[in-house]
Amino acid sequence: MSRPLVVALAGNPNSGKTSLFNALTGARQHVGNYPGVTVEKREGRCRHGVREITFVDLPGAYSLTAYSPEELAARHFLIEERPDVVVDVVDASNLERNLYLAVQLMELGAPLVLAFNMSDRARARGIEFDLARLSELLGVPIIQTVGHQGRGLRELLESIAAVADHPARRPPRRFEYDAELNDAVDALERRLAERADLARRYNARWLALKLLENDAEAQKLANEPAILEEVRRRAREIERIRGMPPEQVIADHRYGFISGACQEAVHATTEIRHTMSDTIDSIVTHRALGLPIFLGLMYAVFLLTFTLGEPPMAWIERGVEALGARVNGFWPAGSASPLRSLLVDGIIAGVGGVLVFLPNILLLFLAIAFLEDTGYMARAAFLMDRLMHKIGLHGKSFIPMLIGFGCTVPGIMATRVLETRRDRLTTMLVLPLMSCGARLPIYMLIIPAFFPERWRAPILWIIYLVGIGLAIGLARLLRATVFRGESMPFVMELPPYHMPTWRGMLRHMWMRGGLYIRKAGTLILGISIVMWALTSYPKLDRFPDGLSGAARQAEGLAHTAAGRIGQAIEPVLRPLGFDWRIGTAMIGAFAAKEVFVAQLGIVYSVGSDEENVEPLREALARHYTPLTGFCIMLFMLIAMPCMATFAVVGRESGSWKWAVLQSGSLTILAYVITGLVYQGGRLLGIGL
Amino acid sequence: MSAGHTLKDLKPGERGRIVRLDRRGALGQRMADMGLIPGSVVEVKRIAPLGDPLEVQVRGYRLSLRKAEAAGVQVERMPP
Repeated sequence: MSRPLVVALAGNPNSGKTSLFNALTGARQHVGNYPGVTVEKREGRCRHGVREITFVDLPGAYSLTAYSPEELAARHFLIEERPDVVVDVVDASNLERNLYLAVQLMELGAPLVLAFNMSDRARARGIEFDLARLSELLGVPIIQTVGHQGRGLRELLESIAAVADHPARRPPRRFEYDAELNDAVDALERRLAERADLARRYNARWLALKLLENDAEAQKLANEPAILEEVRRRAREIERIRGMPPEQVIADHRYGFISGACQEAVHATTEIRHTMSDTIDSIVTHRALGLPIFLGLMYAVFLLTFTLGEPPMAWIERGVEALGARVNGFWPAGSASPLRSLLVDGIIAGVGGVLVFLPNILLLFLAIAFLEDTGYMARAAFLMDRLMHKIGLHGKSFIPMLIGFGCTVPGIMATRVLETRRDRLTTMLVLPLMSCGARLPIYMLIIPAFFPERWRAPILWIIYLVGIGLAIGLARLLRATVFRGESMPFVMELPPYHMPTWRGMLRHMWMRGGLYIRKAGTLILGISIVMWALTSYPKLDRFPDGLSGAARQAEGLAHTAAGRIGQAIEPVLRPLGFDWRIGTAMIGAFAAKEVFVAQLGIVYSVGSDEENVEPLREALARHYTPLTGFCIMLFMLIAMPCMATFAVVGRESGSWKWAVLQSGSLTILAYVITGLVYQGGRLLGIGL
Repeated sequence: MSAGHTLKDLKPGERGRIVRLDRRGALGQRMADMGLIPGSVVEVKRIAPLGDPLEVQVRGYRLSLRKAEAAGVQVERMPP
């Protein structure tokens, strides 16, 4: 008896499930997705005696409804994959609500072991358990664990092995309900058991219960008008007698069963629950202090991410430069070897372009791990929900949006804090409108070139506010069209505060950082090589005589694919007040927004020296009006995000459709708005 | 003990017993799953600084919900 086992870890969010999973599997983990959905699927292995056990960390769930992708993914796994054992991780200090999921797992007939996690915390709160009695009442083995300290793991593994070896010893529990519900469940169970296609795979009694709960998936499975008609008739009958719909009657039964068991086996010796958490909450969610504290913390997160990230980013840039210079040294000076250019300007620069985001991403995820692990993230959502809900977003969207002002890429990664797909996608799609740090060099080039001193700060503000305003409008529009429907409920647990561990936070940070490198990094590298080719080829072999170095560069760029595309689209750009030079620079800016400045420098033969942009400013002021200058900034703010954003959105949304849709519609939006501003400005004679 | 109140009408520190949950579909299921079912005792702990959502205690834990959702929970006030 030593076949490999598959064990699913189920449990509520905040039950300490993940730290138990980490303690069980150590570093032997693998992250993937459940088929067809973008819910993270984490697997890990562990050895118990001679036995190999694969643990699957199911997404945190309060219930097994078909309403959220996470709960549905967990449910599908349990039903379709039929793990040998299901371990339900229960937060012992919040027993009633945690056992609600356990009861549903019993209804499903899953071979169950309860891991009583954080029982030390429960004891500290004055709660006493009679575990033997509780185990007898529930009919499942209960093992005490303290996940982050690794306590109780051996006992848990032994219990898992025992349940796996003797599944028959514990037949699925049969729940009885009140008369009407019982009749309905029995009748439907009989009808469903006759269906050969269902009986093989599903527990008929569970399916009957789900049908009465008005569960859409169960209805799809049953798919028989006569059965569905009977469900409706029974549901009406139950509602008439009980005064509430069946799903509430069923929830009432589950909680009733739990209360009964807890009354016998759990005793609260003192009433000191939540004292510590309450004290913290009375400060951090205080009427007057709550928001300033929140804003202060957000400022700290922003500062940590970008200020602390700066030195390592500089090291990476210098390292990449040094490597490039070394490789350059293999060729004679001034060599026009295409291989040299590919290696240095294409590949090495591309790898640098991927790595340069890493310090920001790691630091941001460290900060987020801290906010999540302590329990503050739920409070942040609580504080901001009113505001964010008006915009059509979730309270937790605030953090990704804020990070977007630093850099869109980590901002999009940060949408992982959002639980529902609808919230994640809406936030992700409007996020590039938060003007990122890479656009600042563009504003810094343009504004002093065209605007007098006293206008400079207000113009910069206007650009940022336009971005925020558009993001709000677009989020509302998305909610009214693509993501129409009932607004997502904000029925959210506020878990007690909790001291995070460094190990836990660092693990979170590495895992998400690694995901960026593996999933988005390769793609960003690929696109940057394409961008290099577009701005390098075809090459101009012979230059007209008497041209300086800078002028040669300008001629060369005009000759490349990017330059030709810029010239080809000039007629399209003219209504915005742009010529082919601006178009060419914009194509280059797809690699990274700030590249716009360097490219424009090349086009204007003033060199691409980032330190001294004064000659470029003078050139711009000679060629364009302030109105065009403003329109450049507007277009660069709204249009097509950079390729790194494109890659990350594609990966994080789980579908390239969203990345293409986002880039396409933002570009169209930019075109329309910039066009209106330019033409309007010309008509009114502003900024000419 | 007066009827006709909803959870939204309770002030911080006030308690009530749920008599009816007027929400269906995904939202109703979610609220019932979280313990907001007839018979449960709820206490409003605080209101967010911007005036919404609420923080309530139910079945021994803390839950946050919007006023629009709380308006669907009928309660009878309980003496403090």
